[in-house]
Amino acid sequence: MTLPMGNIISARFGKDDSCALKGYRADGGYDAYLAAIHGKKGTPDDITAMVKASGLKGRGGAGFSTGMKWSFVPKNTGKPVYLCVNGDESEPGTFKDRQILELDPHQLLEGVGITCYAIGAHTAYVYLRCEFRDGIRKTEAAIKEAYAAGLFGKDIDGSGFDLDVHVHIGGGAYICGEETSLLNSIEGVRPYPRNKPPFPAVEGLWSCPTIINNVETIANIPHIVKHGAEWHAKLGHPDDPGSRLWCVSGHVNTPGVFEIETGYSLQELIDGPCGGIRNGKRLKAIIPGGSSSKVLTANEVEKTTMDTPGIRAMGSSLGSAGIIVLDEDTCMVQANLNLMRFYAHESCGQCTPCREGTPWVVKILERVASGHGRKADLELLLDIAHNMEGRTVCALADGACWPLTSIIKKFRHEYEAKIQQGPEADAGTTAGASAPVGAA
Amino acid sequence: MFDETITAELEDIRGRYPVAKAALVPVLHVVQREQGWCNAEAQQWVAGFLDITAMEVFEVVTFYPMLYHAPRGKHLIHVCRTLSCDACGGQELWQHLKAKLGVERGGTTDDGRFTLRGAECLASCGTAPVILIDGERHENLSHDDVDKLLESAT
Repeated sequence: MTLPMGNIISARFGKDDSCALKGYRADGGYDAYLAAIHGKKGTPDDITAMVKASGLKGRGGAGFSTGMKWSFVPKNTGKPVYLCVNGDESEPGTFKDRQILELDPHQLLEGVGITCYAIGAHTAYVYLRCEFRDGIRKTEAAIKEAYAAGLFGKDIDGSGFDLDVHVHIGGGAYICGEETSLLNSIEGVRPYPRNKPPFPAVEGLWSCPTIINNVETIANIPHIVKHGAEWHAKLGHPDDPGSRLWCVSGHVNTPGVFEIETGYSLQELIDGPCGGIRNGKRLKAIIPGGSSSKVLTANEVEKTTMDTPGIRAMGSSLGSAGIIVLDEDTCMVQANLNLMRFYAHESCGQCTPCREGTPWVVKILERVASGHGRKADLELLLDIAHNMEGRTVCALADGACWPLTSIIKKFRHEYEAKIQQGPEADAGTTAGASAPVGAA
Repeated sequence: MFDETITAELEDIRGRYPVAKAALVPVLHVVQREQGWCNAEAQQWVAGFLDITAMEVFEVVTFYPMLYHAPRGKHLIHVCRTLSCDACGGQELWQHLKAKLGVERGGTTDDGRFTLRGAECLASCGTAPVILIDGERHENLSHDDVDKLLESAT
């Protein structure tokens, strides 16, 4: 069976000049937005209800119902409402938002316009990580075009609706993808995550009601408003409908971003569009939802479908749909060490279990990887994870613990072999990293 | 501290927020673009520009990996060190660059031309290995490709 490739979010990616307003308008772009702000799609609450009924779940990682989130914005507080678009895309294995920013930024901006109308916001900040030089240039150019065409600004198209949209550039910190850290980052203070409640929808940016949505989530909005909730609810898996941008990287022949409706087989994605495992090797493991998800073995991959219930049934999570594929030659001690260096580097340092725990995990894994591990090290690692998971303000520590513990549990024999063989052991291949942790 | 054009750009950025302090990171990026890094004098100037204390600037500058509070070489190289890149040639490319430039992580070449830094995931995992040179992304790199890029960075 050939997987049917989706053609909704990525429909315009291959077009010449796909970032230009002229082409986007010619393809019907901004029609849904203009209809919405003129009241032709119902009241703002009707649009929120439509998005809720569409079944759209956030594409940033947590997978919360988008329409439900919008409905939490309190009415008549007398305070302004803000929309923040989360384009800090830093979850290892994830590179889909960048495609939208670089290949079709107006699709995102139309979604921003509709979302602001629905939640009653008149200012939106599109938060982009500073490493996205090209995406920033293209998004800023698109915003400029939209202002010039009267799509943003005051009394847009005579509708009485005002909207300002700004790009806000981050400083290269993974933690800023956590929504309350993102708020602190915009406010110009150290971006430590905030305790919840209050949730941002009630008290967010400058203590005002704020909705934070991922880039891909917002890019879905124009399509839902154009085609209706029912259309979206029928795409893919009924409990997790929609078309998603799946990012596949690692040891496959043709890595990349593939748009496919939810509900299909993960194995077919690897064997079909991704061209199978490179160099004729066999699959060893997949990290399915960005690095903060639990690893799946080759046997588990065969049984996994690409939707929230399907991946959850295998004990992992869909997250940001960043799929990292590892072949049979990969040393799972080195792979784990590489990921734990990431979390140790990106821990913001606010909570003690994470600040102290992640570097200790790295030190112990380095010891095991170099053949100097001790018999008690595996239990020690699991114990440290136990003392981090669920004991911090945000989910970064949880995100470190899930790959850490699942890789140890499912590939324990590789760790034990390293410890038994001692320093003479083969250092392992591919995922071996030798750089020390640190902000160099 | 800056000419009229840059000052106008900075004022435009500051005007995007109801609270001036929110412009801090975007303003620091402009400072870096103009003078390479955020020295104490620049931090003090930014504090005045946004009506905050120098310490408020310092605690933000020192948090972010892409804001620099120390001088660096003329060209800045960031090599992605995270799993997908590392598993697909990034590890070898990292070793190649260290040997070619004769520096360790974070080091600057003796002639001051290059500073070599590691970076965590650059969101280009499907086109590994990936590096940034002066902020611009280069993908699917062979060692020859990188050598040529370094030669062209004058």
